[in-house]
Amino acid sequence: MSNLEQFRVSARTWLEENCPPSMRTPMITDEIVWGGRNASFSNPDSRLWLERMGRKGWTCPTWPKEYGGGGLSLQESAVLAEELRRINARPALSSFGISMLGPVLLEYGTHEQKLEHIPSIVRGEIRWCQGYSEPGAGSDLASLQTRAILDGDDYVINGSKVWTSYANVSDWIFCLVRTDSEVPKHAGISFILFDMQSSGVSTRPIQLISGASPFCETFFDNVRVPAGNLVGRLNDGWTIAKRLLQHERTMISSFGLAGGNIDRGANNMTLVQAARHYRGDGSRISDPVLRDQIAQFTLDAEAFELTSKRSLAESKQSEGPNATSSMLKYYGCELNKRRYELMLSAMGNRALGWEGDSFDPGELAITREWLRSKANSIEGGTAEVQLNVIAKRVLGLPDLLTLVRN
Amino acid sequence: MAALVLDDDQRLLKEAALSFCRENAPLSVLRRLRDTRDPLGYDPDLWRQMVELGWTGMTVPEAYGGFDFGYRGLGIVLEASGRSLLNSPLISTVLLSATALDFGGSEAQKQEFLPAIVNGEMIMALAVDEAPHHAPANVKLTAEPGNDGFVLNGSKVMVLDGQIADKLIVSARTSGSGSEQSGISLFLVNAGSVGVSVRQTGMVDSRNAATITLNNVKVSGDDLLGPCDQGLPLLERILDTGCIGLAAEMLGSMQEVFERILDYLRQREQFGVPIGAFQALQHRAAAMYCDIELCKSVVLAALDALDNDSEQVPRLASLAKAKCSEVFFTVSNEGIQMHGGIGMTDEFDIGFFLKRARVVQTLFGDQIFHRDRYARLQGF
Repeated sequence: MSNLEQFRVSARTWLEENCPPSMRTPMITDEIVWGGRNASFSNPDSRLWLERMGRKGWTCPTWPKEYGGGGLSLQESAVLAEELRRINARPALSSFGISMLGPVLLEYGTHEQKLEHIPSIVRGEIRWCQGYSEPGAGSDLASLQTRAILDGDDYVINGSKVWTSYANVSDWIFCLVRTDSEVPKHAGISFILFDMQSSGVSTRPIQLISGASPFCETFFDNVRVPAGNLVGRLNDGWTIAKRLLQHERTMISSFGLAGGNIDRGANNMTLVQAARHYRGDGSRISDPVLRDQIAQFTLDAEAFELTSKRSLAESKQSEGPNATSSMLKYYGCELNKRRYELMLSAMGNRALGWEGDSFDPGELAITREWLRSKANSIEGGTAEVQLNVIAKRVLGLPDLLTLVRN
Repeated sequence: MAALVLDDDQRLLKEAALSFCRENAPLSVLRRLRDTRDPLGYDPDLWRQMVELGWTGMTVPEAYGGFDFGYRGLGIVLEASGRSLLNSPLISTVLLSATALDFGGSEAQKQEFLPAIVNGEMIMALAVDEAPHHAPANVKLTAEPGNDGFVLNGSKVMVLDGQIADKLIVSARTSGSGSEQSGISLFLVNAGSVGVSVRQTGMVDSRNAATITLNNVKVSGDDLLGPCDQGLPLLERILDTGCIGLAAEMLGSMQEVFERILDYLRQREQFGVPIGAFQALQHRAAAMYCDIELCKSVVLAALDALDNDSEQVPRLASLAKAKCSEVFFTVSNEGIQMHGGIGMTDEFDIGFFLKRARVVQTLFGDQIFHRDRYARLQGF
């Protein structure tokens, strides 16, 4: 038996013994595990599953063992993913530490920084948030003004961030700060980590059109951060920032896949099921126009899923996310928005409820998810920014602003 | 899972095919054939070279003189040929007819015809459609039982390479009527048989097609290809393969147009800057890039399914044909628009792609046909 087959056998045995039965059912939004100091587990099995997977390092299968990761090869990791899919296992942990910070810390951090932060990401003990956008720095992220000034052994940080996802419930922040104002904007940015419990940090949740408040305003008032928390070289943070954005795009583009259920909405119905139920006789979709639109969507979603897989196969050859991350981000987000628009077309007035018992919870969830989806093509770089990145980085088209300035 | 990246052998084949099409078979070949109203519509010397390169035996089993390189290989060649709109009997004879024989042929038929196809000695054509829109089950051409065989009456349109084919594969109704699924059979018909009349149809893409009329054409029982009355599944398999091959060809064509667009956007200056610096054009180019990436994935997955004889072939064939038709349509139209006035001239090549896009989109079902079929195959 090859080593890989042996690994499959041992992984399968371990999963059979360690994955609780309730963790082999479709994920419920309420039970998504984000970890952190104040982690809540509405299902006790979620905690058990996280602890077991975290101890094994399998929440981050390919990360080095010395930092608590699984230490698996890419092939082994692919086998593990297949085995997890085989038993319909839920993700043990969803975290920005895994999807965004971890990969760049492993690439740019010092040994000490990795030792301090990576194991707690793997085990879900620390929940991270992302300090990127500012009131005056959205698409033009590099114009950010939050300032860090060295004072003795500490940086003193002043300024504010906005659209900080889950800042109010996060433990630490990875943050872009201006450390030099005298140089071109990209050349004076640094990447720094600090505890959200530090004195001078405050957050204010922002209520969105969906009624939810996943994002915050975050304020820094003379926050003291040890100088050793700076990642990479001083004033070279933009390099890390861009790398992290590639990881973020890859993560957000997966919304287009709806967790592997190509076209399943928050009501746990596929578009086709919803259309049959609400705009058909239960077995056929009565409206030919809607049916055609759903066919086009389903076809595009399948093409996108194949492209995500192809991109993954190619990035495994070249290590790390590639130029296609902007393409996946752009297309995946447009798909997800289309999914919800079609879901509303299918459901009619049953998708227009806001609250109360005239609608069932799945129907109410669709209303909210539809509104939430509008952020997809804004967060993590707008659709327009992705198209700019593709035009310039991938297609090599000239930059008008640079031409005009010269 | 489908292999979505090329292996080393396939990469080598791709380079060889691209360099052959670039150096030996550029778009000027099609232009010359058009301008001289060439009666063959293809270049026999080039065809001979393609035969020598082994392209005619790409999907044919070794037992019949082929190379068994698979549909991935044929897809790579078709993709390369799409870049210069290379017209040859590759689609009619190899993609469609060799597939038909391989899947539906008797041992004797395979022995007789497959080696001849591989050697380039035989050109074959598939005659399916009878109406303005593709409808494989809608067969009015009849095959009545006669002495030791059948008598065929009816006509077919849009028969690729119909006017140069030695042999035709014709779908006929042996029983039933209208668009009934049952009662359809395939026959091998000699193009030179008494009662066969072939009329070349001048197509907008300057490629070969013909209208074929059969008037009391006699065939023997041995000329039946596949089962009698139950030939539709075989026909659908041939058509699925055809759609996937055409999707591969479209993938090559759309990439060629896109690269020509990008070159032009970088070179052409207006208002003192290359027009590619304008965001209105950049965003359209970036959106096309995304669509072309999707097409690459669906074509790879569909070819892979053919090679694995997967049950997903019908769905992936409709996916690939619908998606590539849609995107090639967009890209070829943008090819004209983004080149401005020069894009409208006949002297400039880009118009050839627009013309091909509409024809190839219509062949074996356009995106409207394939979206509907995809939905049915997905159960809605």
